[in-house]
Amino acid sequence: MKSDVKLIVDGKRLDGRKPDELRKIKIEAGVLHRAEGSCYIEWGGNKIIAAVYGPREAVPRHIQNPLRAIVNARYNMAAFSVDDRKRPGPDRRSTEISKVISEALEHVIILEKFPRTTIDVNIEILDAEAGTRCAGLTAAAVALVDAGIPMKDIPVACAAGKIDDQIVLDLGKEEDNYGSADLPLAISPRTDEILLLQMDGHLTEEEFEEAFNLALKGCHIVSELQKKAILDKYKPIMEVE
Amino acid sequence: MIPQQKREIIIPGQFLGDIKHKKAGRGTFVENGRIYAEILGILDERQGQINITPLKGRYDPIENDFVIGIVQEAMPSSWLVDINAAYPALLHVTETPWDIDFGETEKYLNHGDSIMAKVLQVDSEKRIQITLKDYNLYKIKSGFIIDVEPSKVPRIIGKKGSMISLLKKYIKCRIFVGQNGRIWIDGNDEDIKKVVDTIKLIENESLSFGLTNKIEELLKKDAKDVR
Repeated sequence: MKSDVKLIVDGKRLDGRKPDELRKIKIEAGVLHRAEGSCYIEWGGNKIIAAVYGPREAVPRHIQNPLRAIVNARYNMAAFSVDDRKRPGPDRRSTEISKVISEALEHVIILEKFPRTTIDVNIEILDAEAGTRCAGLTAAAVALVDAGIPMKDIPVACAAGKIDDQIVLDLGKEEDNYGSADLPLAISPRTDEILLLQMDGHLTEEEFEEAFNLALKGCHIVSELQKKAILDKYKPIMEVE
Repeated sequence: MIPQQKREIIIPGQFLGDIKHKKAGRGTFVENGRIYAEILGILDERQGQINITPLKGRYDPIENDFVIGIVQEAMPSSWLVDINAAYPALLHVTETPWDIDFGETEKYLNHGDSIMAKVLQVDSEKRIQITLKDYNLYKIKSGFIIDVEPSKVPRIIGKKGSMISLLKKYIKCRIFVGQNGRIWIDGNDEDIKKVVDTIKLIENESLSFGLTNKIEELLKKDAKDVR
């Protein structure tokens, strides 16, 4: 989308960030009592709660897989999460995001341990400001760890994009709306395997390479925050002596 | 007591060691000759074998475990029982001490009833069978059931039952600890409350050292006050 808005002024972005700077991220693990595992994340203006239920027996029976568990992620935006009221219920966009997040999580969870079950991951967007799928996946990963589900790694996601002909990390709201490309990426940080990669807009091959490497760098930064959030939650119980 | 090193929290994907020097135990997996953790837990390294004691998670049934189950459904010749695992457990009429005619299962156990049971069999597809045919297994008719984190159960029982016999010594209560994280307590109301409080304390401080002694002192003090 072309516009007259200047997104980069004097090397700084609209919200004062440098091109390779993330928004402010706060992650908290284990915030809900009823869910087996949960996580609350604030990523810039995004506010998201993720909750994990299960593994529990899959119903109806015909969806069960006798060899492994099914991961059922559900991405949902609250009606009050955007400027205009969002019509509640699943739509084309949220169905797609649910699917890609489910598939990303399936690659890290050790599914063979729980045949015939589902692991339900609910991702609730309370407040949206660009990059909710990345923030949602990041929160879901922490919630899964909090639920004690065996995993090969803690997945993490981050986006990069192109605004005013420059590649930047972690697009904000205006940058997403008026920028020329958006590249969300989810990886398994231990091996750098790609779990999710989507692209909106146009990038040349070189630009893609640059954006990809930038997003990769962002993922590793967020990954450290995830680990810290989990340790922060469980450290205190170690110190009771 | 053997001096223990500091307990360390492990998160999934964390590198733990090389397969050449160490053995991969429970809660770990091996990739390209390197050992990684697969669950959130506490590191437990003994004689070169690495185990992870989970901090959270569902109860994973093992044969001969004693559990407390809640009946979900009565079928013509069996019951489905919720034992806090990922799957419901099957209790067949031949595994009960009663002589039941076909289709009369509801007269003995019905939806919502609680039972103490033993895990009879878990097959490779994780189908669980439980039995009532063992010493001290009944239908529960009175008392309270509380839920704790299944991974904390060994601590509540203590080494060779030290912690639980402590509770029974100082508080006049009948207690049955299921491996699945359900605990049945029967006695008068005041004693039940005392047991519940103590168990919650054990659960919260389950990782500290010398807990058994601490709990004993606490219970001793309380017992004196009563007298």
